[in-house]
Amino acid sequence: MSQKQAGGPPGESAADWCLYQLNGAAEFEVSEADIISTVEFNHTGELLATGDKGGRVVIFQREPESKNEPYNQGEYNVYSTFQSHEPEFDYLKSLEIEEKINKIKWLPQQNAAHSLLSTNDKTIKLWKITERDKRPEGYNLKDEEGKLKDLSTVTSLQVPVLKPMDLMVEVTPRRIFANGHTYHVNSISVNSDCETYMSADDLRINLWHLAITDRSFNIVDIKPANMEDLTEVITASEFHPHHCNLFVYSSSKGSLRLCDMRASALCDKHSKLYEEPEDPSNRSFFSEIISSVSDVKFSHSGRYMLTRDYLTVKVWDLNMETKPVETYQVHDYLRSKLCSLYENDCIFDKFECAWNGSDSVIMTGAYNNFFRMFDRNTKRDVTLEASRESSKPRAILKPRRVCVGGKRRKDDISVDSLDFTKKILHTAWHPTENIIAIAATNNLYIFQDKVNSEMH
Amino acid sequence: MDTMFVRGLKRKCFDGEEDIEGTLAGIKAIPSYNLQRQSLLDMSLVKLQLCHMLVEPNLCRSVLIANTVRQIQEEMTQDGTWQMINTQSTGQASLDRLVSTDILCRSSRDQAEGKHVPAYSTFNKDFECDQAQDSSETMSTASSVQAPRSLQSNVWEMENPQENKGNFQKSLDQIFETLENKSPNSVEDLFSEVDNSYYDLDTMLTGMMSNTKMGHCDSLETFSSPTNTASNSNCKSDLNDLDHIVEILVES
Repeated sequence: MSQKQAGGPPGESAADWCLYQLNGAAEFEVSEADIISTVEFNHTGELLATGDKGGRVVIFQREPESKNEPYNQGEYNVYSTFQSHEPEFDYLKSLEIEEKINKIKWLPQQNAAHSLLSTNDKTIKLWKITERDKRPEGYNLKDEEGKLKDLSTVTSLQVPVLKPMDLMVEVTPRRIFANGHTYHVNSISVNSDCETYMSADDLRINLWHLAITDRSFNIVDIKPANMEDLTEVITASEFHPHHCNLFVYSSSKGSLRLCDMRASALCDKHSKLYEEPEDPSNRSFFSEIISSVSDVKFSHSGRYMLTRDYLTVKVWDLNMETKPVETYQVHDYLRSKLCSLYENDCIFDKFECAWNGSDSVIMTGAYNNFFRMFDRNTKRDVTLEASRESSKPRAILKPRRVCVGGKRRKDDISVDSLDFTKKILHTAWHPTENIIAIAATNNLYIFQDKVNSEMH
Repeated sequence: MDTMFVRGLKRKCFDGEEDIEGTLAGIKAIPSYNLQRQSLLDMSLVKLQLCHMLVEPNLCRSVLIANTVRQIQEEMTQDGTWQMINTQSTGQASLDRLVSTDILCRSSRDQAEGKHVPAYSTFNKDFECDQAQDSSETMSTASSVQAPRSLQSNVWEMENPQENKGNFQKSLDQIFETLENKSPNSVEDLFSEVDNSYYDLDTMLTGMMSNTKMGHCDSLETFSSPTNTASNSNCKSDLNDLDHIVEILVES
């Protein structure tokens, strides 16, 4: 853990972020299938998984730090690539089921193997990742190629021995959790009990046991008896990091519901409802759309929840249901552009949000390949850009500024020049260190705090 | 429900008379609140229909758009301005009539301060600049000037508001019904579902209204412009073909 934590502020948003690595083809070579759709560190930060629109998962592994080069932090190198989901066709509805990976969640490591859950719109899969660096040689009945030996040629017996070989990473699908969802799965979350996990679609949340694939338990169902009455959908959900009976889910109307599975089998009745009353002076036809929560994350401490809606990120205290304890404006300059953003559908973009390891800084993406960090202690914020042009390896990222009329400084970018096709929807923060992974279309950027890297 | 925007306020002369004169010419180019609201309604309905049918449409997006439509509908009903567009006369009108709906982005607080009272909004210099900037962004720039004129020449038929609300609601409901997955137990159920849902929804979406008699869908049909038909032609035309669906089922 960084020594900066002990002394308190300055927090990580005052850190000097520099580009550590950039993976992905140059922008003119982008194919739709390469667009990254999810990013997730595992619990130690040693592994980083990305999923893309083509149904592939790429896992990066951090090289152990070399004692010979103390100033070089471990690099994230490709560890394994595999095809997780394939496109399917639903014959009853005559519709395609996309292979795009919506979410990846790592299971806590329990033995030498790593496991992760990956999901597309309909099917969740449990993958086991194992390493093989030895192989047995000297079988009695088979020869080196595996063909059965002619028994008459066997004159003596030998004990097969394990010989080292080049490292091979094997990925096998261990479980396939299919047919659990009528609607599109938007979240999965592994329970702290490490035995169960939940998957949420637009109208229902199911609880699964990791070892049982042929049935799941429905714990939330907000589907109205009459679909005509549908006005609200589930947008995200997550288990509490410590209490295995608690989970939260967010809705398209901007509310959060904390549910306790001990209370009843079907948790349609929430234990707590977190909702901020609407500001009547700010009301418009787009109010509801921009209040829709696109992501919810518990803090590592379990005391707070972080939500992202179209224009803000909010920190909620589990003990206070009436309003968030902190609200940060991500890009309020878009408030006057909501019509255009509605027209081009950008208003429906679902941005994710992330906590740092100590819960002192929160991060979220925006447009024009910008991402924002907010330090909860110092109340300072910074806007950074993930782009090839502005990121030279090891050079410190320069804060960016969007000007909204009035004085314009050099290097400021005006609201009208923002590129709305370049959106940073998926970001992840290393569980303990100041390392962040940013997905910009088909590119994966890994940024590090320069101080962090110099300390090792 | 309270109206979301305060209207009918006295205009505040921020800048004096010379501004009024200079900007009177500009007033005709600024669409009225009602016009912009109608435009937003049209846009929303087009969006609901244009869900690409290769993949199941995003339910969250559809619900949010539908809620927006309901909000507009409720407000228009309260105003007494709820009227259905004449189906014949505006076959290809909807996209043309989309005007800059920038004014709808303003909060009611801004409205109250007189910054952009409809039709008088040009008194505020800042708003003028914003409006100019915004209209260059939206795809409906060209139409913003044409719209008031075309609207005046339009014949707005005043139909029974109650019935229209019902028709409208029913059309929305149809969209939602088709989005849900019904797993029928019997073959009969399957066919009845295809009869009501797939067939009607598809006809609406691809704008192929010539042969189909769907009284309650008339209102939505008008928003399918010919250009939409062209773009949907490479969508699954199989959906229309009941026989083909049966074939697939029988084979599987």
